[in-house]
Amino acid sequence: MSMWECLRLALRALRRNRTRAVLTTLGIVIGVGSVIAMMAIGTGARERIAEQLEQMGTNNIVVRAGSAVRSGVRAGAGTAIRLTTSDAVAISELPQVSAVAPMARQNVQLRYRGTNWATRLEGVTPDYLVVRRWTLASGDFFTDWHVANAAQVCVLGYTVARELFGVTDPLGETVIIGRLPCRVLGVLSEKGASSWGRDQDDILLAPLSMVQRKIRGKPYLHNIVVQTSSREATKQLDLDIRQLLRRRHRIEQGQTGAFRIHNRTEIAEASEQSANVFTWLLGSIAAVSLLVGGIGIMNMMLVSVTERTREIGIRMALGARQRDILAQFLLEAILLSGAGGIFGVAMGVVSASLLARFSGLPVTVTAGAVGIAFVFGLLVGVFFGLHPARRAARLQPVDALRYE
Amino acid sequence: MSAVIHMQDIRKAYARGDLHVEALRGVSLEVQPGEFVAITGPSGSGKSTLMNILGCLDRPDAGIYQLNGEDITRLGSDALAQARNRTFGFVFQNFGLLPRTSALENVETPLLYAGVARQERRRRAGDLLQKLGLGDRIGHLSNQLSGGQQQRVAIARALVNNPTVLLADEPTGNLDSATGAEIVNLLEQLNRDEGLTIVLITHEAEVAARARRGMMLHDGRLESQT
Repeated sequence: MSMWECLRLALRALRRNRTRAVLTTLGIVIGVGSVIAMMAIGTGARERIAEQLEQMGTNNIVVRAGSAVRSGVRAGAGTAIRLTTSDAVAISELPQVSAVAPMARQNVQLRYRGTNWATRLEGVTPDYLVVRRWTLASGDFFTDWHVANAAQVCVLGYTVARELFGVTDPLGETVIIGRLPCRVLGVLSEKGASSWGRDQDDILLAPLSMVQRKIRGKPYLHNIVVQTSSREATKQLDLDIRQLLRRRHRIEQGQTGAFRIHNRTEIAEASEQSANVFTWLLGSIAAVSLLVGGIGIMNMMLVSVTERTREIGIRMALGARQRDILAQFLLEAILLSGAGGIFGVAMGVVSASLLARFSGLPVTVTAGAVGIAFVFGLLVGVFFGLHPARRAARLQPVDALRYE
Repeated sequence: MSAVIHMQDIRKAYARGDLHVEALRGVSLEVQPGEFVAITGPSGSGKSTLMNILGCLDRPDAGIYQLNGEDITRLGSDALAQARNRTFGFVFQNFGLLPRTSALENVETPLLYAGVARQERRRRAGDLLQKLGLGDRIGHLSNQLSGGQQQRVAIARALVNNPTVLLADEPTGNLDSATGAEIVNLLEQLNRDEGLTIVLITHEAEVAARARRGMMLHDGRLESQT
């Protein structure tokens, strides 16, 4: 008997018990649908995390001076060793380094005509924009020449520009940092709040050398941000920087805490991993409902086999082989789960988009998730249909015919 | 002329609860092509067991069963299914039609399992129903037909794959006497005009009397009658 004939027999048998078939299919519809919806939520969350990591700059290594401990009192960063510009230059000569941004900061009062604003001044180099992945809203950033000459220029954060200038154009104007007049070269684009809630746009950037000499009066750095050429290179570079700094500052073996190195790759990997776990967790919870749907199919098929025992006996008397009976009943189960899969995909996509609209969660339906859910739904039909179909096929013709 | 059915010393026992029932205790039977054989016997004499073994629906415990000269006691289940499909046509007491299935599709079913293409199946089944006077009942579902019509559909289904032997197990058992007589007439006519070999199992003496040869099953053994 051909596959096509088998399909017609199975379809006809299902049509005879339409309500039952639809209800059984519903189990698979819900199962496949919820797998797709849950995976969509997980994937959405993962993509949002990836986006945030991308903005954070996951290839960055942050080097900070450590804190000294004297008589149990722990002083702040920079008290153990002092990082200097020459450390930054030495780091920039290591392999796999694509940018190095040393920074010294100071809280300052900023004045322009009648208004003033307290903000945070960061003395930086042009590489700062690279490692922070920041752009300018208007004007220009200062150059290496400005840094080399400790030029009295600055770039305003978006918030600072708004607070001091309102609607007027700050480019070319002169602001007073503490007592030092500086010309505004540019305004940074708006970055918004950081992940821990600080307004990143409340900032003022000036050439590092200028801040060190004319404002802080100290040649030290608060930190050095090092960007690696790839995320994979980060681990090695982390070690290289530790070694370099130990040598440069003559730190003895075994002494710890002289400087600290934060490596965001590990954070990135951990959060990506947890997002993955999250996706699979949601998916497998949903898969349980798919399993329940499969048990529904098995239940219905077992009832159907029992009810149709005489029919099976008649078919065997007329020449049906075991495999004909097996194919007929297995195909019924597969048709049920296949139909459930198709409607489940539709339900999953629709419910994912409804979720996205009403809950505001980031939701992404991927073709992979749809494929996995559909194939899994079909396999559930095969798996749970096999037992009833075999039971039907293994009936002895004489027993099946005699069955009342 | 070689025998279609050759049975020798066939035995079959089964357990019914705690009871060990010896249904057949050495049955020997030979059926030649074109014969019309009736097997009678009181209820519990093993008629149904013999019918099931004859029709390859069940296997004997011991003995020789040759179908068209071929020993079938050692055949696998697929080969037995094929023997049922090609060699036998079954007519049951309770008609044995597929429920909620049209007369045409019922008659088509043996051809479906024989691998005959759909159009050919339709044609052969339709022709046969026409010939048995059911031309206007082709599309009716089995439960929309009267008992006599159902048994005619069953006979059409038994004949559709040109079987060597028609096996009829109490074909008139569920019919009133007038309709039952029609069915027996039909069988007689098929045997006489088309040379169809028929083995008929019945407990009704007047039905058995219409066959050319009668045999009596008694306590699991077959005795000849003439």
